[in-house]
Amino acid sequence: MKHETRLVGAPVPTSGPEPVVALSGVTRAFGRTLALSGVSLSIAKGEILGLIGRSGAGKSTLIRCLNGLERPDSGSIRIDGQEITSLSDRELQPFRQKIGMVFQHFNLLSAKTVEDNIALPLKIAGVAKRDRLKRAGELLDLVGLSDKARAHPSALSGGQKQRVGIARALAANPALLLSDEATSALDPETTQSILDLMREINRSLGLTILLITHEMDVVRSIAGRVAVIDQGQIVEEGRVADVFARPVHAVTKSLLHGVRPQLPDFLSARLSPQGSGPALFSVDVTGEDAGLDFAARFADALGTTVTLVHGGVDHIQDQPVGRFFFRALARGDDIQAVAASHLARPNIHVELLGHEPGSH
Amino acid sequence: MNPVLIDLIWKGTVETVVMTLASGFISLIFGLPLGLLLVATARGGIAENLWLNRVIGSVVNGFRSVPFIILLVALIPVTRFIVGTALGTGAAIVPLSIAATPYFARIAEVSLREVPRGLIEAVEAMGASRWQVVREVLVPEALPGIIAGFTVTLVTLTGASAMAGAIGAGGLGDLAIRYGYQRFETTVMIVVVAILILLVCGLQFVGDRVVAALEKR
Repeated sequence: MKHETRLVGAPVPTSGPEPVVALSGVTRAFGRTLALSGVSLSIAKGEILGLIGRSGAGKSTLIRCLNGLERPDSGSIRIDGQEITSLSDRELQPFRQKIGMVFQHFNLLSAKTVEDNIALPLKIAGVAKRDRLKRAGELLDLVGLSDKARAHPSALSGGQKQRVGIARALAANPALLLSDEATSALDPETTQSILDLMREINRSLGLTILLITHEMDVVRSIAGRVAVIDQGQIVEEGRVADVFARPVHAVTKSLLHGVRPQLPDFLSARLSPQGSGPALFSVDVTGEDAGLDFAARFADALGTTVTLVHGGVDHIQDQPVGRFFFRALARGDDIQAVAASHLARPNIHVELLGHEPGSH
Repeated sequence: MNPVLIDLIWKGTVETVVMTLASGFISLIFGLPLGLLLVATARGGIAENLWLNRVIGSVVNGFRSVPFIILLVALIPVTRFIVGTALGTGAAIVPLSIAATPYFARIAEVSLREVPRGLIEAVEAMGASRWQVVREVLVPEALPGIIAGFTVTLVTLTGASAMAGAIGAGGLGDLAIRYGYQRFETTVMIVVVAILILLVCGLQFVGDRVVAALEKR
């Protein structure tokens, strides 16, 4: 059968998919402090966006604006095509079921069993008991806790509690999963398993995820795109691999400190901008070019010895990201020119950092 | 002991238990909503209304600051209006309930306020109405504390009901004063005190067991 068929009830494909979340110029002040200052951000369907910032950067206010617990002073917030800033409190209640939330401290109800916790969003939505317990059962399967249905949250480990939290967030089939520091209270191993679960959900259900965190590692392991928030503003935004390879804003650089290679302090301390000593330079590269033999290329072009000082190739999801620090024994000043003529590619960035003292 | 006295003691015990449980039940019915109202209308509560909060708080404090023995007498017209008489066990239930309701409301308020803000916000974020927040989060999560506070209220009521003897309410307290104290019947006094101790211990035991069962969840 080659003729075109369409399932009854299946959504009609639309041209130019509307983003699940679209913020534009969102501003919210508390007294004189601007918690959010003209935030514009959009999240495409099926995407995992990492929103990263230090504490007090405006992350919490942003979340509370998204689910309508806080109202922006100005700006527009569209979720799943619906402008929410104009909704009344009562109109917001059913809308909130479109957003599933996962919390740092799980926020499970201790008086309810695991299955009743998971079924709670459906109970609130008025779904019949039989149907909501059936759904809770399916979700328990999904998060691998089928044997804990009748347990109370106090009997679970932190990782298990967060699995229940995720199952609960998925109960009402949300259009968006909002993860508010979901792994910040967990140990590294559990963090990884929770992130794996989220990635799995993103892939199998095509669910859009907004991942709010202060940990670059979290962003790096599952997000496709990252936005950096500081003092209520989005200061940097882009594909995770690109931002990791070439952070622009100082806050991004400082958040990345420790996640990507840095020139050791004792080396950077003795660099001076001018001089005749060996030159130190950095190479940032994304994609397959990360595997190039830069030392040999620079040595040939400069006609001197070039040695690797520090750095290496990392993989951000499946994208290689390289960051290297090299030492060139002489003629270091030409490095930028050499790079420009021999390695003029948009994915390679070469920077002269300075000269070491020329004592020998 | 004189069988007449045994009869009196039995009757007094029943009256005390009836007064305690009836007024305890009434204070639960009215005190819990009052406690919820105090928490909900407080700053940052789910139905913040500081003006209402202050009014309710003042009324509760007003009733709590009047000594029970004075409340007992002052409320006689109210009692007569509700029950038809100001005398007897039934009549004593009115002032006892009116005294216990604000007392229990404050105790319930403390437990309800201990419910973590994050839990309330989590359920609000699911789209819950205020009433759903109360029913699904506030009351169930605060229940162990509420039951423990209710036990304290019942124990306090057991003691307070003795004073109700002053308006002819009967009960063990009345018996202890008229026979044990005024007629120097030491045995009656001792028996009455022993029964009161048993009642209080029994109430506390049951309350503690219920709380422990709830907290094990």
